[in-house]
Amino acid sequence: MSKQENIQNKRKRMKKRIVSQVGNNVGANILPIVVKIVLLGMLDAMSLYGAFALLMQHKWVVLGLLLVGTGVINWIYWRSHGLAAKYLAPGIVLLLIFQLFAISYSAYIAFTNYGTGHNGTKEVAITALMQSSLVKKEDSPKYPLSVAKCGADYSFIVQDSEEQLLVGDNTQPLHHIDGTRNADGTIHSSQLQNCKVLNFSQILQDQSAIVSLSVPVSTNPNDGVLRTSDGQTASAYISTFRYDKSSDTMIDTKTHEQYRDNGTGAFVNDAGVALQPGWRVNVGFQNFIRLFTVKELQQPFLRVLLWTIEFSVLSVLTTFILGLFLAITLNDDRMKFRRLYRSILILPYAFPAFLSALVWAGMLNEKFGFINQVVFHGTEIPWLHAPTLAKIAVIVVNLWLGFPYMFLVCMGALQSIPHDLVEAATLDGASRWKIFRYITFPLLLVSVAPLLISSFAMNFNNFNLIYMLTAGGPVQTGSSMNIGSTDILISMVYKIAFVGANRDYGLASAFSIIIFLVVGLVSAISFKATKSLEELN
Amino acid sequence: MSNKLRNSSSTHASHDVMTSNLTKRKFNKIFVWLRSQGWRHIVAIAVCVFAGFPILYIFSASLNNRGTLVSSNTLFSSISSDNYYELFHMAQHPYAYWYVNTVVIGLITAAASVFIGALAAYAFSRLRFTGRRIGLLSIIVVQMFPQVLSIVAIYLLLTKLGEIYPFLGINSRIALIMVYLGGAMGVNTYLMYGFFNTIPKEIDEAAQIDGAGHARTFFTIILPLVSPILAVIGLLSFISTVSEYAVASTVLVSPEKQTLAVGMYAFVSDRFSQNWGVFSSGAVLAAIPVVVVFLFLQKYIVSGLTVGAVK
Repeated sequence: MSKQENIQNKRKRMKKRIVSQVGNNVGANILPIVVKIVLLGMLDAMSLYGAFALLMQHKWVVLGLLLVGTGVINWIYWRSHGLAAKYLAPGIVLLLIFQLFAISYSAYIAFTNYGTGHNGTKEVAITALMQSSLVKKEDSPKYPLSVAKCGADYSFIVQDSEEQLLVGDNTQPLHHIDGTRNADGTIHSSQLQNCKVLNFSQILQDQSAIVSLSVPVSTNPNDGVLRTSDGQTASAYISTFRYDKSSDTMIDTKTHEQYRDNGTGAFVNDAGVALQPGWRVNVGFQNFIRLFTVKELQQPFLRVLLWTIEFSVLSVLTTFILGLFLAITLNDDRMKFRRLYRSILILPYAFPAFLSALVWAGMLNEKFGFINQVVFHGTEIPWLHAPTLAKIAVIVVNLWLGFPYMFLVCMGALQSIPHDLVEAATLDGASRWKIFRYITFPLLLVSVAPLLISSFAMNFNNFNLIYMLTAGGPVQTGSSMNIGSTDILISMVYKIAFVGANRDYGLASAFSIIIFLVVGLVSAISFKATKSLEELN
Repeated sequence: MSNKLRNSSSTHASHDVMTSNLTKRKFNKIFVWLRSQGWRHIVAIAVCVFAGFPILYIFSASLNNRGTLVSSNTLFSSISSDNYYELFHMAQHPYAYWYVNTVVIGLITAAASVFIGALAAYAFSRLRFTGRRIGLLSIIVVQMFPQVLSIVAIYLLLTKLGEIYPFLGINSRIALIMVYLGGAMGVNTYLMYGFFNTIPKEIDEAAQIDGAGHARTFFTIILPLVSPILAVIGLLSFISTVSEYAVASTVLVSPEKQTLAVGMYAFVSDRFSQNWGVFSSGAVLAAIPVVVVFLFLQKYIVSGLTVGAVK
């Protein structure tokens, strides 16, 4: 009896333990799964939303990529093995989209004429050309017009000579609908569910938007458009250009001049005059050829390329030498106030870099800056406005910005060099200089070399400093390009692509590709020379 | 008398010799100190002046009530908070928005890129899989090419992306963060990888024997151990995000969405010398948090910077 009881009790206890263990396990495992489901669910919802948007816009390639990408991510996280992929996926996805894709897209743009005047497709360009040269048709009747607001856009509803209703807007050409129009302008139609016909006072309110509407008469742009000046009647406007589809020419109906598509993404006449806007086409190596042959580009390009290399080499050298010298100076345990000095010395590193460049620009100002006013007693030295001085100023300011990093790195490297090596050399009677030259420096270089290479690559693209300090200036007079003596390649890219009225994305990307090649080449050579990648495992 | 004279002169002379010996010894002592310690202080002080002066200057300019470039040249000639008041009351230049945008974008970018980097570094350091070496090498190669290089493509990409996801288009702060995160893997992983390697594998092996899964090992054991490097990389990533101009200026268009770098550059380059005082106060406010955190964490930063390179 008691034995049985005992066994029963034991069983009960065991059951309890098992239940509680299962419960614990569930508790421990449920959180990751919930997090996983929530995160993946959010991602899938986002993809689904994007897929619908892409479906509506008929962008099949992107849609395909989106679906495959989402599928792969789900597959990575739902299968039980393949642990590494789970840890790497978030970084790699972002890297693929915003870095690797962006790089290959740059490469693609470098072979197009993308930019101001070459933004869209040929159809868009043809429509834009015709829209920009509209004149009122002389014999045009006045069509009775009602203006309707459909969603956020305005539509024209007109009656043709057979009293049939037609509707259209800026992008959609006129097309027939069923319904009738009353004398007061109101419309009865079953096909205009989400449109609201405007009354006179509503038309007055949005006058400017309504007057600027031009509704194509048909899908053929040669048929012209309807416009209104009063919101009550519409008149036909026709372009002074006529597009001949069969010969692919644009004909000026006034002068009878013919503009042909000559393959450069614009209609050009025999005299070489191109109509604006043009459209986007692939131009092959044209952008690169321009860099090396067009005189206006070639000289600034070579000058900038040379200065970029000079600048990055000098930047690394000056910051490294000062940083190393300081590290040696402060690398003495007996020295007092070392921590205080170090705190002050790394201030430039902590100070946000864009602010530093602007602060220096103020201090170096020719008329009012501190350097000229106080240090040079009012002499107006053009620090930022004379080519050579500006280059020196850029190097000095970069020294200020960059030496703390080198100082910290060299300090760390020096302290990691074993003491007994130096002691042994001292016992052997080596001088301080010899110890430095043959022991400390080579050992230091081994660990610092990779950092020097990446510092070179970083300075090669030190956009902030150049753009904030001198904006690339001073610009040489007589040059049509906005490119100055301190411009480096990357600031030139930015200027060509985003500054001024003429944006040339194609040329700017061609420059980017050249930077890629130079940086890649220099890094490859120096990594090879320092063998710093070989021990990687 | 002559004797006396001679005597006194001789005593005088011996006295002279003694004092000159003394000064010589003193001089020697100073010379020795100079050779061993003094020159270090001289160099350090000189470079400290070079390093610290521009910061002192901008601080003094921010307190100057006349607020022009030329009036800022006499340091601390007046102390007032006029510039700071003016800074927050500019109609065209919403400094407060810039500040909040910068801090939020910077913090999110820093936190997320540290996390992404740590995940990747864990995989490279602890797991063995095909393509591991190639992966590490490509990361080192990729970090040679900063994002600013493909700035044109990024701009056009976001224009297109905005047609699908309106909140990821041009003029979106989320889009900017996403772009920054695209660079996170390349920049941070290798540095972290070096640090992850210094943590003995036996620690996570022990945890796994005790029944901890990979996720638990990563979050509760490895991450706390590497927290110093996480702090350093987070801070460095925050600083570089705060300073980033080129990408931010092409993505963010409307003033109330811009960051400090974009807004303040537009503001100060507009009318350089008149806006100087207000600009200085903006610069001081922008720099203070970063500099303070930096100085607090400097011990970790020093070790963090060197761990990637020095073994």
